[in-house]
Amino acid sequence: MLATDQTILREAETWRRAGRSVALATVIETWGSAPRPVGSHLVIERDGNFLGSVSGGCVEGDVIAESLDVIEDGRARVLEFGVADETAWRAGLSCGGRIRVYVERID
Amino acid sequence: MKLDNLAALNAERDARRPAILVTDTADGSQRLVREAEFAADPLAEVFRERLLSGNSGLVEIDGRSLFLTVQVPPVRLLVIGAVHISQALCPMAEALELDVTVIDPRTAFATPERFPDVALLAEWPDDAFARIGTLDRYTALAALTHDPKIDDPSLIAALNADCFYVGALGSRKSHARRLERLGEAGLSPEATARIHGPIGLDIGAITPAEIAVSILAEVVATLRRDRIKGRTAGKPADCLRHDLDA
Repeated sequence: MLATDQTILREAETWRRAGRSVALATVIETWGSAPRPVGSHLVIERDGNFLGSVSGGCVEGDVIAESLDVIEDGRARVLEFGVADETAWRAGLSCGGRIRVYVERID
Repeated sequence: MKLDNLAALNAERDARRPAILVTDTADGSQRLVREAEFAADPLAEVFRERLLSGNSGLVEIDGRSLFLTVQVPPVRLLVIGAVHISQALCPMAEALELDVTVIDPRTAFATPERFPDVALLAEWPDDAFARIGTLDRYTALAALTHDPKIDDPSLIAALNADCFYVGALGSRKSHARRLERLGEAGLSPEATARIHGPIGLDIGAITPAEIAVSILAEVVATLRRDRIKGRTAGKPADCLRHDLDA
Protein backbone atom coordinates (compact mmCIF):
# COMPACT_ATOMS: atom_id res chain seq x y z
CA MET A 1 0.00 0.00 0.00
CA LEU A 2 1.20 3.49 -0.77
CA ALA A 3 1.84 5.24 2.55
CA THR A 4 0.74 8.85 2.85
CA ASP A 5 2.09 11.21 5.49
CA GLN A 6 -1.19 10.73 7.34
CA THR A 7 -1.03 6.96 7.49
CA ILE A 8 2.65 7.16 8.48
CA LEU A 9 1.94 9.00 11.74
CA ARG A 10 -0.79 6.50 12.54
CA GLU A 11 1.56 3.62 11.84
CA ALA A 12 4.25 5.24 14.02
CA GLU A 13 1.76 5.29 16.91
CA THR A 14 0.67 1.69 16.27
CA TRP A 15 4.27 0.43 16.16
CA ARG A 16 5.20 2.26 19.37
CA ARG A 17 2.13 1.02 21.21
CA ALA A 18 3.06 -2.51 20.15
CA GLY A 19 6.29 -2.00 22.12
CA ARG A 20 8.57 -1.48 19.13
CA SER A 21 11.40 1.10 19.13
CA VAL A 22 10.52 3.78 16.62
CA ALA A 23 12.11 6.91 15.12
CA LEU A 24 10.41 9.54 13.03
CA ALA A 25 12.26 11.48 10.31
CA THR A 26 10.76 14.69 8.94
CA VAL A 27 11.94 16.91 6.07
CA ILE A 28 12.28 20.33 7.73
CA GLU A 29 13.92 22.36 4.97
CA THR A 30 14.60 22.07 1.24
CA TRP A 31 16.62 24.12 -1.26
CA GLY A 32 16.43 23.93 -5.01
CA SER A 33 14.73 20.97 -6.57
CA ALA A 34 14.02 18.52 -3.78
CA PRO A 35 12.02 15.34 -4.39
CA ARG A 36 9.81 15.44 -1.28
CA PRO A 37 8.22 18.55 0.24
CA VAL A 38 8.82 19.95 3.72
CA GLY A 39 6.79 17.98 6.26
CA SER A 40 7.29 14.59 4.54
CA HIS A 41 7.82 11.75 6.99
CA LEU A 42 9.70 8.48 7.19
CA VAL A 43 9.05 6.21 10.16
CA ILE A 44 11.67 3.62 11.07
CA GLU A 45 11.72 0.84 13.63
CA ARG A 46 14.71 -0.89 15.20
CA ASP A 47 14.52 -3.95 12.93
CA GLY A 48 14.93 -1.67 9.93
CA ASN A 49 11.30 -1.71 8.74
CA PHE A 50 10.31 1.67 7.40
CA LEU A 51 7.36 3.44 5.84
CA GLY A 52 7.16 6.66 3.87
CA SER A 53 9.82 8.72 2.14
CA VAL A 54 11.91 11.82 2.73
CA SER A 55 13.71 11.92 -0.62
CA GLY A 56 12.05 9.57 -3.05
CA GLY A 57 14.73 6.99 -2.35
CA CYS A 58 18.01 8.97 -2.72
CA VAL A 59 19.10 9.21 0.90
CA GLU A 60 16.71 6.86 2.69
CA GLY A 61 19.53 4.42 3.43
CA ASP A 62 21.53 7.04 5.35
CA VAL A 63 18.45 8.37 7.15
CA ILE A 64 17.58 4.86 8.28
CA ALA A 65 21.14 4.22 9.51
CA GLU A 66 21.14 7.50 11.48
CA SER A 67 17.65 6.71 12.81
CA LEU A 68 18.92 3.51 14.36
CA ASP A 69 21.50 5.61 16.27
CA VAL A 70 18.71 7.95 17.40
CA ILE A 71 16.70 4.95 18.60
CA GLU A 72 19.76 3.87 20.62
CA ASP A 73 20.73 7.16 22.29
CA GLY A 74 17.39 9.00 22.18
CA ARG A 75 19.05 12.24 21.05
CA ALA A 76 17.17 14.02 18.25
CA ARG A 77 19.34 15.41 15.46
CA VAL A 78 19.27 17.29 12.17
CA LEU A 79 20.77 15.64 9.07
CA GLU A 80 21.67 17.48 5.91
CA PHE A 81 22.00 16.02 2.42
CA GLY A 82 22.91 17.53 -0.92
CA VAL A 83 25.19 17.27 -3.89
CA ALA A 84 27.75 19.45 -2.11
CA ASP A 85 28.32 16.68 0.41
CA GLU A 86 31.46 14.62 0.15
CA THR A 87 29.13 11.66 0.24
CA ALA A 88 27.39 12.90 -2.87
CA TRP A 89 27.74 9.68 -4.77
CA ARG A 90 26.88 7.52 -1.86
CA ALA A 91 23.96 9.48 -0.56
CA GLY A 92 23.37 12.59 -2.56
CA LEU A 93 20.43 14.05 -4.32
CA SER A 94 20.86 13.52 -8.03
CA CYS A 95 18.33 16.29 -8.64
CA GLY A 96 20.85 18.86 -7.33
CA GLY A 97 18.73 19.92 -4.38
CA ARG A 98 19.56 19.95 -0.67
CA ILE A 99 17.41 18.81 2.22
CA ARG A 100 17.56 18.89 6.01
CA VAL A 101 15.91 16.09 7.93
CA TYR A 102 14.99 16.09 11.63
CA VAL A 103 15.15 12.66 13.25
CA GLU A 104 13.62 11.97 16.67
CA ARG A 105 12.74 8.97 18.75
CA ILE A 106 9.12 8.30 19.75
CA ASP A 107 9.22 7.99 23.55
CA MET B 1 8.45 13.00 20.20
CA LYS B 2 6.35 11.97 23.13
CA LEU B 3 3.87 9.23 22.28
CA ASP B 4 1.18 11.42 23.86
CA ASN B 5 1.81 14.16 21.30
CA LEU B 6 1.80 11.69 18.43
CA ALA B 7 -1.46 10.15 19.66
CA ALA B 8 -3.01 13.60 20.05
CA LEU B 9 -2.01 14.55 16.48
CA ASN B 10 -3.69 11.40 15.18
CA ALA B 11 -6.79 12.02 17.31
CA GLU B 12 -7.14 15.60 16.05
CA ARG B 13 -6.89 14.41 12.47
CA ASP B 14 -9.61 11.80 13.07
CA ALA B 15 -11.82 14.55 14.48
CA ARG B 16 -11.11 16.71 11.38
CA ARG B 17 -9.61 19.51 13.50
CA PRO B 18 -6.38 21.29 12.54
CA ALA B 19 -3.41 21.05 14.92
CA ILE B 20 0.19 22.26 14.96
CA LEU B 21 3.19 20.58 16.59
CA VAL B 22 5.98 23.03 17.49
CA THR B 23 9.44 21.45 17.68
CA ASP B 24 12.60 23.26 18.81
CA THR B 25 15.12 21.61 16.48
CA ALA B 26 18.05 22.53 18.78
CA ASP B 27 16.90 20.87 22.01
CA GLY B 28 14.05 18.66 20.79
CA SER B 29 11.43 20.23 23.07
CA GLN B 30 7.91 20.06 21.68
CA ARG B 31 4.40 21.24 22.28
CA LEU B 32 1.14 20.45 20.53
CA VAL B 33 -1.29 23.29 19.89
CA ARG B 34 -4.92 22.44 19.21
CA GLU B 35 -7.42 24.50 17.23
CA ALA B 36 -9.05 25.99 20.34
CA GLU B 37 -5.64 27.23 21.54
CA PHE B 38 -4.44 28.87 18.30
CA ALA B 39 -5.77 32.37 18.94
CA ALA B 40 -4.26 32.80 22.43
CA ASP B 41 -0.85 31.38 21.48
CA PRO B 42 2.20 33.70 21.27
CA LEU B 43 2.70 32.35 17.73
CA ALA B 44 -0.93 33.01 16.75
CA GLU B 45 -0.05 35.14 13.72
CA VAL B 46 2.45 32.58 12.40
CA PHE B 47 -0.10 29.82 12.96
CA ARG B 48 -2.75 31.70 11.02
CA GLU B 49 -0.55 31.98 7.93
CA ARG B 50 0.54 28.37 8.17
CA LEU B 51 -3.00 27.07 8.51
CA LEU B 52 -4.04 28.99 5.43
CA SER B 53 -1.30 27.45 3.31
CA GLY B 54 -1.47 24.05 5.03
CA ASN B 55 2.34 23.90 4.77
CA SER B 56 4.71 22.73 7.49
CA GLY B 57 7.97 24.64 7.85
CA LEU B 58 10.72 26.26 9.92
CA VAL B 59 10.32 29.63 11.62
CA GLU B 60 12.97 31.64 13.47
CA ILE B 61 11.61 33.02 16.75
CA ASP B 62 13.92 34.85 19.18
CA GLY B 63 16.96 33.15 17.71
CA ARG B 64 15.40 29.71 18.02
CA SER B 65 14.72 27.51 15.04
CA LEU B 66 11.24 26.06 15.41
CA PHE B 67 9.73 23.50 13.07
CA LEU B 68 5.95 23.66 12.72
CA THR B 69 4.27 20.42 11.73
CA VAL B 70 1.03 21.75 10.32
CA GLN B 71 -1.78 19.23 10.16
CA VAL B 72 -4.98 20.23 8.42
CA PRO B 73 -7.87 17.79 8.04
CA PRO B 74 -7.76 15.35 5.12
CA VAL B 75 -9.67 16.63 2.12
CA ARG B 76 -13.07 14.98 1.84
CA LEU B 77 -15.05 14.56 -1.37
CA LEU B 78 -18.79 13.97 -1.15
CA VAL B 79 -20.23 12.58 -4.37
CA ILE B 80 -23.98 13.02 -4.65
CA GLY B 81 -25.28 10.35 -6.99
CA ALA B 82 -24.23 6.71 -7.31
CA VAL B 83 -24.15 7.13 -11.07
CA HIS B 84 -21.94 5.92 -13.92
CA ILE B 85 -19.58 8.91 -13.65
CA SER B 86 -19.21 8.27 -9.91
CA GLN B 87 -18.14 4.71 -10.59
CA ALA B 88 -15.31 6.01 -12.77
CA LEU B 89 -14.51 8.82 -10.34
CA CYS B 90 -14.16 6.88 -7.07
CA PRO B 91 -10.95 4.95 -7.82
CA MET B 92 -9.34 8.10 -9.26
CA ALA B 93 -10.30 10.12 -6.19
CA GLU B 94 -8.79 7.44 -4.00
CA ALA B 95 -5.52 7.67 -5.91
CA LEU B 96 -5.57 11.41 -5.16
CA GLU B 97 -5.93 10.51 -1.45
CA LEU B 98 -9.32 12.17 -1.20
CA ASP B 99 -11.59 10.78 1.48
CA VAL B 100 -14.60 9.85 -0.70
CA THR B 101 -18.21 9.15 0.26
CA VAL B 102 -20.96 8.45 -2.28
CA ILE B 103 -24.49 9.44 -1.31
CA ASP B 104 -27.67 8.48 -3.18
CA PRO B 105 -31.11 7.70 -1.69
CA ARG B 106 -31.99 5.57 -4.72
CA THR B 107 -31.18 2.09 -3.44
CA ALA B 108 -31.08 0.66 -6.97
CA PHE B 109 -28.07 2.89 -7.68
CA ALA B 110 -26.32 2.85 -4.32
CA THR B 111 -25.28 -0.81 -4.19
CA PRO B 112 -22.00 -2.29 -2.98
CA GLU B 113 -21.82 -4.28 -6.23
CA ARG B 114 -21.64 -1.05 -8.20
CA PHE B 115 -19.29 0.58 -5.65
CA PRO B 116 -16.98 -2.02 -4.15
CA ASP B 117 -14.70 -0.68 -1.38
CA VAL B 118 -16.32 2.76 -1.42
CA ALA B 119 -18.02 4.46 1.54
CA LEU B 120 -21.61 4.46 0.34
CA LEU B 121 -24.71 5.90 1.99
CA ALA B 122 -28.13 5.04 0.49
CA GLU B 123 -29.77 8.04 2.12
CA TRP B 124 -31.03 11.51 1.34
CA PRO B 125 -28.16 14.03 1.47
CA ASP B 126 -29.30 15.82 4.64
CA ASP B 127 -29.61 12.51 6.52
CA ALA B 128 -26.21 11.40 5.22
CA PHE B 129 -24.57 14.70 6.24
CA ALA B 130 -26.00 14.34 9.75
CA ARG B 131 -24.43 10.90 9.94
CA ILE B 132 -20.95 11.75 8.64
CA GLY B 133 -20.58 14.96 10.62
CA THR B 134 -20.34 18.63 9.83
CA LEU B 135 -19.42 19.70 6.35
CA ASP B 136 -16.45 22.08 6.50
CA ARG B 137 -14.03 24.10 4.40
CA TYR B 138 -11.90 20.99 3.85
CA THR B 139 -14.84 19.33 2.06
CA ALA B 140 -15.63 19.25 -1.67
CA LEU B 141 -19.06 18.31 -2.98
CA ALA B 142 -19.97 17.16 -6.49
CA ALA B 143 -23.70 16.87 -7.26
CA LEU B 144 -24.11 14.39 -10.11
CA THR B 145 -27.69 13.01 -10.03
CA HIS B 146 -29.37 15.47 -12.46
CA ASP B 147 -32.31 15.28 -10.01
CA PRO B 148 -33.07 18.58 -8.24
CA LYS B 149 -34.75 16.74 -5.36
CA ILE B 150 -31.39 15.18 -4.52
CA ASP B 151 -28.86 17.69 -5.87
CA ASP B 152 -30.38 20.97 -4.62
CA PRO B 153 -30.44 20.21 -0.85
CA SER B 154 -26.86 18.98 -1.04
CA LEU B 155 -25.71 22.13 -2.85
CA ILE B 156 -27.44 24.35 -0.29
CA ALA B 157 -25.81 22.49 2.58
CA ALA B 158 -22.37 22.66 0.93
CA LEU B 159 -22.60 26.40 0.25
CA ASN B 160 -23.80 27.14 3.77
CA ALA B 161 -20.92 25.13 5.22
CA ASP B 162 -18.37 27.01 3.05
CA CYS B 163 -17.12 23.83 1.38
CA PHE B 164 -14.03 24.76 -0.65
CA TYR B 165 -15.46 23.22 -3.81
CA VAL B 166 -19.07 22.88 -4.89
CA GLY B 167 -19.85 21.54 -8.36
CA ALA B 168 -23.01 20.44 -10.15
CA LEU B 169 -23.43 18.32 -13.26
CA GLY B 170 -25.72 19.60 -16.00
CA SER B 171 -25.84 21.72 -19.12
CA ARG B 172 -25.69 25.52 -19.05
CA LYS B 173 -29.44 25.55 -19.52
CA SER B 174 -30.15 23.24 -16.61
CA HIS B 175 -27.60 25.13 -14.51
CA ALA B 176 -29.45 28.38 -15.18
CA ARG B 177 -32.69 26.76 -13.99
CA ARG B 178 -30.82 25.45 -10.94
CA LEU B 179 -29.60 28.95 -10.06
CA GLU B 180 -33.20 30.20 -10.26
CA ARG B 181 -34.42 27.47 -7.91
CA LEU B 182 -31.62 28.08 -5.41
CA GLY B 183 -32.34 31.82 -5.52
CA GLU B 184 -35.98 31.10 -4.70
CA ALA B 185 -34.77 28.89 -1.84
CA GLY B 186 -33.06 31.94 -0.32
CA LEU B 187 -29.45 31.70 -1.52
CA SER B 188 -27.76 34.92 -2.58
CA PRO B 189 -26.28 35.32 -6.09
CA GLU B 190 -22.82 35.57 -4.44
CA ALA B 191 -23.36 32.18 -2.84
CA THR B 192 -24.66 30.41 -5.95
CA ALA B 193 -21.86 31.93 -8.02
CA ARG B 194 -19.50 29.64 -6.09
CA ILE B 195 -21.08 26.59 -7.75
CA HIS B 196 -18.93 25.19 -10.55
CA GLY B 197 -21.54 24.52 -13.21
CA PRO B 198 -21.40 22.93 -15.66
CA ILE B 199 -19.05 20.88 -13.48
CA GLY B 200 -15.41 20.16 -14.39
CA LEU B 201 -12.62 21.76 -16.36
CA ASP B 202 -13.41 22.12 -20.05
CA ILE B 203 -11.26 19.38 -21.56
CA GLY B 204 -13.90 18.21 -24.03
CA ALA B 205 -14.67 15.19 -21.85
CA ILE B 206 -17.11 12.65 -23.32
CA THR B 207 -16.83 9.32 -21.49
CA PRO B 208 -17.62 8.89 -17.77
CA ALA B 209 -13.91 8.47 -17.01
CA GLU B 210 -13.03 11.64 -18.91
CA ILE B 211 -15.72 13.58 -17.09
CA ALA B 212 -14.34 12.20 -13.82
CA VAL B 213 -10.88 13.49 -14.78
CA SER B 214 -12.28 16.94 -15.56
CA ILE B 215 -14.15 17.06 -12.22
CA LEU B 216 -11.16 15.94 -10.17
CA ALA B 217 -8.83 18.32 -12.02
CA GLU B 218 -11.16 21.16 -11.08
CA VAL B 219 -11.26 20.02 -7.44
CA VAL B 220 -7.44 19.90 -7.29
CA ALA B 221 -7.10 23.27 -9.01
CA THR B 222 -9.50 24.85 -6.52
CA LEU B 223 -7.79 23.22 -3.56
CA ARG B 224 -4.25 24.17 -4.54
CA ARG B 225 -5.00 27.66 -5.76
CA ASP B 226 -7.09 28.41 -2.70
CA ARG B 227 -4.31 27.22 -0.45
CA ILE B 228 -1.68 29.22 -2.32
CA LYS B 229 -3.74 32.35 -2.12
CA GLY B 230 -4.69 31.55 1.47
CA ARG B 231 -8.38 31.75 0.82
CA THR B 232 -9.58 28.53 2.41
CA ALA B 233 -10.03 29.86 5.92
CA GLY B 234 -11.54 32.81 7.65
CA LYS B 235 -14.47 33.31 5.34
CA PRO B 236 -17.82 33.67 7.04
CA ALA B 237 -20.30 30.96 6.19
CA ASP B 238 -23.24 33.34 5.89
CA CYS B 239 -24.17 32.36 2.37
CA LEU B 240 -27.88 32.34 3.14
CA ARG B 241 -29.51 35.62 2.34
CA HIS B 242 -31.34 36.94 5.36
CA ASP B 243 -34.03 39.25 4.10
CA LEU B 244 -34.71 41.22 7.24
CA ASP B 245 -37.24 43.46 5.58
CA ALA B 246 -39.12 40.61 3.88
